[in-house]
Amino acid sequence: MTDIDAAIRQVLEVHGRLGAVVASLKNDDDLYQKGLSSHACVNVMLAIEDAFEIEIPEAFLTRATFRTIDSIRETVESLGLTNGLG
Amino acid sequence: MNSNDFRNQLLEAGVLVDAGSPGLYHRSADYESVVRALESYVREAGRDDNPQRLFFAPVINLETLMGSGYVGSFPNLIGTIDSFDGDMKKLGEFRERVDSGGEWFELMSHTDVALCSAACHSVYPMYKGATLPIEGLYFEVQANCFRHEPSMDPARLQSFRMHEFVYLGNPDGALEFRERWIAKGQQLLGDLGLVLDLVPANDPFFGRGAQIMAQGQLEKELKFEITATISSDTPGAISSGNYHEDHFGVTFSMSTHDGHVAHSACFAFGLDRITLALYYAHGFQLEEWPDEVRERLALGQSSHFIEPT
Ligand SMILES: [Zn+2]
Repeated sequence: MTDIDAAIRQVLEVHGRLGAVVASLKNDDDLYQKGLSSHACVNVMLAIEDAFEIEIPEAFLTRATFRTIDSIRETVESLGLTNGLG
Repeated sequence: MNSNDFRNQLLEAGVLVDAGSPGLYHRSADYESVVRALESYVREAGRDDNPQRLFFAPVINLETLMGSGYVGSFPNLIGTIDSFDGDMKKLGEFRERVDSGGEWFELMSHTDVALCSAACHSVYPMYKGATLPIEGLYFEVQANCFRHEPSMDPARLQSFRMHEFVYLGNPDGALEFRERWIAKGQQLLGDLGLVLDLVPANDPFFGRGAQIMAQGQLEKELKFEITATISSDTPGAISSGNYHEDHFGVTFSMSTHDGHVAHSACFAFGLDRITLALYYAHGFQLEEWPDEVRERLALGQSSHFIEPT
């Protein structure tokens, strides 16, 4: 697991309101099917921005961006963060 | 017709009277008789569930507004209420500012009441912490609601009546209730000569994350709107069927008889928008509306509105 993945899981743990599910999540699991509500998703979005010190552009603030751990990581990486947390 | 032409014609015909702010109107007795006829018309259709019927005040408790989720999601649409709550010293300054045309608003304090956000929002706090009966709970409610969206389009009122049917219970019951009412609503409104469409919809969420919220609502098909032409050739929503999932169940700690979080659903008739849609479709003279429509609404039987003598 990369540092980025670990940080994303940490955010989901705190803000996802997913209960005990986070530890057993696969990177391509559909988070909405696992119970991520829209309100919780917005909180996850804000926490991801804080954790990686990025501002996700409006065009990426969609449901698709936060559907899986993979898709969140791809978005974070596309915004220029490729080496995990400093 | 565009909405500006329709607005001018409504004012000219005296159906509405400009009340000084965009989207705020006084209503004629004729207009009001249609609103009340609609109320009786939909009530008749809701009798089967034997709902508890309540009429809410236009002002609600702040906790009710907070529980609605509107404060976070639509801060641009809600209305809170301020009043003066200062001592004699502050009163002196306050009066000075009022008299001199100064910034007296700054000296007002927040109260614990707000303008009603949606009719059904007052239902859920009444059952805070409750365990619901196995058959669920049914309501028929009405309220004057407020949306801060000043517009010259008469379809976008700042103050309007919402008449809602509400279910509180388990997920299956909520979905079944909503499906049943969407079908019933289409039938009732179609019978009034309105050309309808049923569309999946989302609420107008505000700020960053708005798209996530809206897409979530659409993907999970939480909201459907029945649309018709209201004030122009572009259709707008005159009713909506909503499945709230466990939002109110969680917020107000309501559970089903078997210990799960309660789910809820509502079906809302926008009485003012439907009335406007009827004027748009059938003209400004109630006597000239199609006989069928007049009969269904029992218009002209003068039972709905007693004019003062
Ligand atoms: Zn409602």
